Amino acid sequence: MTLAADAPAPAPPRSARGAALDRAFEALCFGAATFLLAALGGLVVSLVIGGWPALSTFGVRFFVSAEWNPVTEVYGSAGAMVGTLVTSALALALALPLALGVAIFLVELCPTPLRRPIGTAVELLAGIPSIVYGMWGLFVFAPWFAKHVQIPLMTAAAPGSLWEKVTAGVPNGAGIFSASVILAIMILPFIAATLRELLLTIPPQVRESAYGLGSTTFEVIRKVSLPYVRTGAIGAIMLGLGRALGETMAVTFIIGNAHGFPSSLFASGSTIASTIANEFAEATGELHTASLIALGLVLFVITFVVLALARLLIGRQAHA
Amino acid sequence: MIAPGAPRLSRRLAEYGFLGFCWLATGLAILALAAILWSLLRQGLGGLNLDVFTKSTPAPGSTGGLLNAILGSVMMCAVAMLGAVVVGVLAGTWLAEYARDSRYGKVVRFLNDVLLSAPSILVGLFVYEILVAPLKGFSGFAGAAALALIAAPVITRTTEDVLRLQPAALREASVALGAPVWRTILHVVWKAARAGMLTGALLAFARISGETAPLLFTALNNQFLNLDLTRPTANLPVVIFNFALSAYDDWRRLAWAGALLIAATVLTVTIVARLFARESRPS
Repeated sequence: MTLAADAPAPAPPRSARGAALDRAFEALCFGAATFLLAALGGLVVSLVIGGWPALSTFGVRFFVSAEWNPVTEVYGSAGAMVGTLVTSALALALALPLALGVAIFLVELCPTPLRRPIGTAVELLAGIPSIVYGMWGLFVFAPWFAKHVQIPLMTAAAPGSLWEKVTAGVPNGAGIFSASVILAIMILPFIAATLRELLLTIPPQVRESAYGLGSTTFEVIRKVSLPYVRTGAIGAIMLGLGRALGETMAVTFIIGNAHGFPSSLFASGSTIASTIANEFAEATGELHTASLIALGLVLFVITFVVLALARLLIGRQAHA
Repeated sequence: MIAPGAPRLSRRLAEYGFLGFCWLATGLAILALAAILWSLLRQGLGGLNLDVFTKSTPAPGSTGGLLNAILGSVMMCAVAMLGAVVVGVLAGTWLAEYARDSRYGKVVRFLNDVLLSAPSILVGLFVYEILVAPLKGFSGFAGAAALALIAAPVITRTTEDVLRLQPAALREASVALGAPVWRTILHVVWKAARAGMLTGALLAFARISGETAPLLFTALNNQFLNLDLTRPTANLPVVIFNFALSAYDDWRRLAWAGALLIAATVLTVTIVARLFARESRPS
């Protein structure tokens, strides 16, 4: 309401004043919208400029080498890239079926008086700050996971088998798989909320006619509801993936922060975001800083592609 | 399909399996929430005492609290929200009232959505590049700028959404009475959409108040009480991060207390925002 005072207000003539203020107000709003556009553009440009020294020094090696060594000043992003993609893919694989279950439960099965409390609970799960997930993951989840999942699995693995390789590592609860589980809990509510909104857009007649033909709930969901929202659902999944890719603090707490390719599910690793969070404030030299910013550029490109696809697929029908 | 009884049984089994899975999934989600809240309360309440609010972060071994971090967070969030609300509301207004389906409007809308879900740590890198590196120093203002950049797209999006819900007749009535467009927007459309716009601001606040990654290398941290935002400023998320990963028990206790404070704030604001959202929907 005080904004009108900020607008450069030209003096009367009275009839022209309204029109001039109109133009000023429109320009102000236009400026704000353009400012946001410029911010995103500036973000990209600053990442390119800041990361350039690393990209020009290492060239293609920056993208294919997993060596990350501040002492010898050799930096390659492949380890962090693989860590990012593996944890996000695993998180998505864990979260997607559960999110689908939650969304369908809320739309089709939930007793009406419980609908609002359970909906709120899922929303609160989405609201918990990343750093709280990180602390919970490291101090509560990791010890439990080590004791009840990791050690039994590792002792059950036959020596020399593939299973032993997959589960190798220090059984302290931290590592690639634990990070994926925490990520899965974090993206579940986002995917579930979007899927729920999509399912609610299905016209009741479509579902009711399927029920009327004698279909079970499962058949209605599988053959009518899901095909109906298919495009948007893929968008919702991509949105969840985008979140997992860029998630920083929770992963930094629990992934173990080791450079190079992760060797097994329970081994320590790193993601692009966790590497930046861990090292940026204490970067040792110019090339180290530049390499971290170049990592950021890689992350931006990956998430931009995923998010752009997500937005195009979801369209404007569902809120995110 | 051949035996009349068999498919019915398999269909029923599939149905029960499916329904059971949906219940299970929801149960697991709620269990996760309960487990996290339970740990927060159990570990955080123990560390919560008057010192937390009256003393600054301690050296290991001595007593202290989180006063400097709480004040720093409050100041940075306030400055960030001020900037984000102005930019977000105006940009959202432009998208809803002026741009509509113009090509430039579509581009802004799309890129705002991208900015909305872009990794927050990249926003931190950006602010570092434009505010910290050139000015040769971490500062509370840089932290606030990063938070504002994260909050603004949220506010833009919700503002546009609620303004679009307002009926065209409302605007026409105001313009027909002789009000210029700016007055119509300020005094009629914004007023009608008040509750929804407030919801957007609250959600944006909830989002930035727990945000850690972009503050790690913009606001950095400060051991002492500091009200000057041009200097490195302590803030809850970064203090929690440093203290939680430290080897000292009293630092970890403070980290849990801080985590409880942040989570309680965020969850309260989220619930309040939902109440406002419900109020604004029928109108």
